[in-house]
Formats: sequence, C-alpha cells, structure tokens
Amino acid sequence: MNKFKSIFFLLVSVFFISGNVIAQTAASEAVPMADKLRADGKIWVVVAVIAVVFVGIAINMLRLESKVGKIEKELKIK
Amino acid sequence: MKKIWWKILCIVLLLYVIVNGLMGPVPHLPILNESIRNTYFHVALWLAMTTLLFTSMIFSVRYLSSGNIRHDDVASELAKSGLFYGILGCLSGSVWASFTWGDPWPNDPKLNGAAVGILIYLAYLLLRSSFEDEQRRARIASVYNIFAFAVFVPLIYILPRLTDSLHPGSGGNSTFGSYDMNNDLRMVFYPAIIGWILFGLWLAELRVRIKRINRIREEDFLKVRKP
Repeated sequence: MNKFKSIFFLLVSVFFISGNVIAQTAASEAVPMADKLRADGKIWVVVAVIAVVFVGIAINMLRLESKVGKIEKELKIK
Repeated sequence: MKKIWWKILCIVLLLYVIVNGLMGPVPHLPILNESIRNTYFHVALWLAMTTLLFTSMIFSVRYLSSGNIRHDDVASELAKSGLFYGILGCLSGSVWASFTWGDPWPNDPKLNGAAVGILIYLAYLLLRSSFEDEQRRARIASVYNIFAFAVFVPLIYILPRLTDSLHPGSGGNSTFGSYDMNNDLRMVFYPAIIGWILFGLWLAELRVRIKRINRIREEDFLKVRKP
C-alpha cells in the first residue's frame, strides 16, 4: 500500500512540475500577468493569508463536528 | 454520513485549490489576466451550488414518494447550502465584474437569472417557515422545491445562452470548454468543484444532525410531560 501511495505521489508531483515548466516556455509577453508579485515572492503572502483563513474555518467546522457528535452519542442517535 | 473521511478530503482539496489556484500556471488571457483564477472559486461555487440544489430536489422527490421526514430534512438543508453558495457566488461575481468591467452588476442575463433564482429559493425558505405541522410543511415545500429547480436550470443555463452575455458560452463568447479551459485550469478546477460540493454537503449535514437532535429532544420532552 505504501509503495503505491509513494508512486502515486511521485506521479502527481511530476504533473505539477511539468505544468509549471510548460507554462514558462509558452509564456506570452503580450498579456500582462502578476509576474512581479511572483518574482518578489510576495504572492506567497496572499496564499498564506487565504490558507490561514480557510484553516480557521476548517478547524471551526471540526469543532462543531465533535460537539454535535457528543450530543448524538449522549442521546444515542445512530 | 457521519464518517469523517470525506470531510478531511474536503479540507485537503480546498487547501490544494487555494495553494495551486494562486501559484499554479494559468493561460494568459487578455482582459482577464490573473483573475482567470477566480474560476476555481466563483465558477466552481456555482457548479457546486447547482449540484447541491439538484440533490435537494432529488431528496424532495424521495420525500414525496416515501413520506419519511428524514428526506425532507436533507432536502431543506441542501437547499439552504445551495442558497448560501448562490449568494456567495453573486457577491464574488460582483467583485470580479466590478474589477474586470468596472460595473458590479453588468446587465447580463446570467446575473439577473441568478438573482431571480436566489429569490426563488428564499421564497422556499419563507414557505417552509409559514407551516407549523412538519409533514404538511415538508409536503408543500417538496413540491415547491421541485418546481423551483425546474425553473432555476433554464434561468441560469438556457436563457443566458439565447442572448448576448458577458459569460462564456453565450452571445458571441466562446464556450467554457473550448477556449479558456485548458488542462492547467482543469487540474485545479475539477478538484475545486468536488471540494466546494463536499463543503456544502458538510454544512448541510451538520444542520441536518442538529435538526434531528432537536426533534428527538422535543419528542422526549413531550413523552416525559405526558401523564
């Protein structure tokens, strides 16, 4: 099982990397993109902010899950 | 339905969408530039919403054929999740439009159709709240839900294609599939749809469980009070 998981993970990462390489060679100078943000590395701040917000929401949902689960166990609902 | 695996999957998928959505490669398109990435959020949300509302309609049909109130529970909460996504979709679309076209509500048939669709589902909630008796509420609401979805699909998908529209696929714009949906986008777009659907399901499922807990508590309370 672990062997398949690691092969799968390698395949997936190959797809991602190849996608990036292809995009760089085919980049059209004509259409302006946010390359400055990327070159600065500041784009990661944006990613981090959104990810933090989402992780906060996810943690809250999981807390709700456990609370509801506890009540259900107490009332012995299936 | 209480299994946790699909909820963890949902979190993983949405985190993947957030990271790859912003960092991954996208086609360089004029006018849209980087905002094509909104596809993973705004568009995926709409598709997830349609799925949720469709499932809600299915459960309404199941309620009408079975009379089991549990089906109506699910139908109503899925409709609420769908409505929530619809409102988010309209807000996010408005932000995107005001940035791209300078107008937060360009007179586009899809937007107007979406607004009417939201009103229809708000009316569904209003209808539900106007009944005291659970079974009667469920029956009438289920019938309304089926009609609501039957009206919603043409409003959002068919009518906009018949006229000029800013949205892809209608009035002179290339369809979604052919032009700006290349493989780079697809890699994040499909997981995004699944992630948002799962998230909407999760929201609905929590509310369904709370509804059922309250119903059991009410029944217990009534039983205890009986002489």
